[in-house]
Amino acid sequence: MNLQIEERGQAVLLVVQEERLDAHNSGELKAQMVRLFEEGKINLVIDLQGVKFVDSSGLGAMVSGFKNASSRNGSLKLSGLQLQVKSMFELTRLHRVFEIFPDVDEALASFT
Amino acid sequence: MHDRIAVDIKVPNQTRYLCLIGHIGENIAQALKHYEGDREKLAYELNLVLTEAMANAILHANVGDPAKEVHIEISISAGRLTIRVYDSGQGFDICQFAQPGHPLDEHGRGIYLIHTIMDEVAYRQTTDGHVLEMNKNLN
Repeated sequence: MNLQIEERGQAVLLVVQEERLDAHNSGELKAQMVRLFEEGKINLVIDLQGVKFVDSSGLGAMVSGFKNASSRNGSLKLSGLQLQVKSMFELTRLHRVFEIFPDVDEALASFT
Repeated sequence: MHDRIAVDIKVPNQTRYLCLIGHIGENIAQALKHYEGDREKLAYELNLVLTEAMANAILHANVGDPAKEVHIEISISAGRLTIRVYDSGQGFDICQFAQPGHPLDEHGRGIYLIHTIMDEVAYRQTTDGHVLEMNKNLN
């Protein structure tokens, strides 16, 4: 999976550079998050600006990260959701679970 | 006048082909001549339904065996869309996931999403496996 990871102040930013987040590649996103948690990182932002399609396993990977971050008293926030991707969060009621920001800067600023 | 389309495709039982099948669904929605609804929404929905149904066949019914095959039929006739996804495995319990689970569950959303998008969903045994049949009225 094409995933850009960079430390940005209090949080780690993960930019998903794939058009699809599905059962083929969502396991890699989950594994990268686990690696960051094991390194002691607890605050993550996943930027989905470039993602046009998310399926249930993509949502499941983000839920997994959310739960893992919360259990360590950190948080996982999302930014840049395209319209159809946002509607997936609404359909599954996950928009009530995640903090969702219009762009990366606002998501990162929420940690300071 | 109605669109008449029939697509029949077989792919290896591997998740790398989800993208191919999903895009076929998306392209069908874009190509329909007589659809008057929200085409972008339909394109996403067909991509999603095909991706979810095929991922279920690959991972749960055919239990990830790369030597197996997934057979997909998509047909549109008289304003009705039918998708059939055939697997050759032991199957899975479709009823278990027909209702929305807890928002923090990591699994089980795929079948629920298919139910919310399609009008009829059935999972039946065939001579050498199972078929997930899904119908949607496009009018």
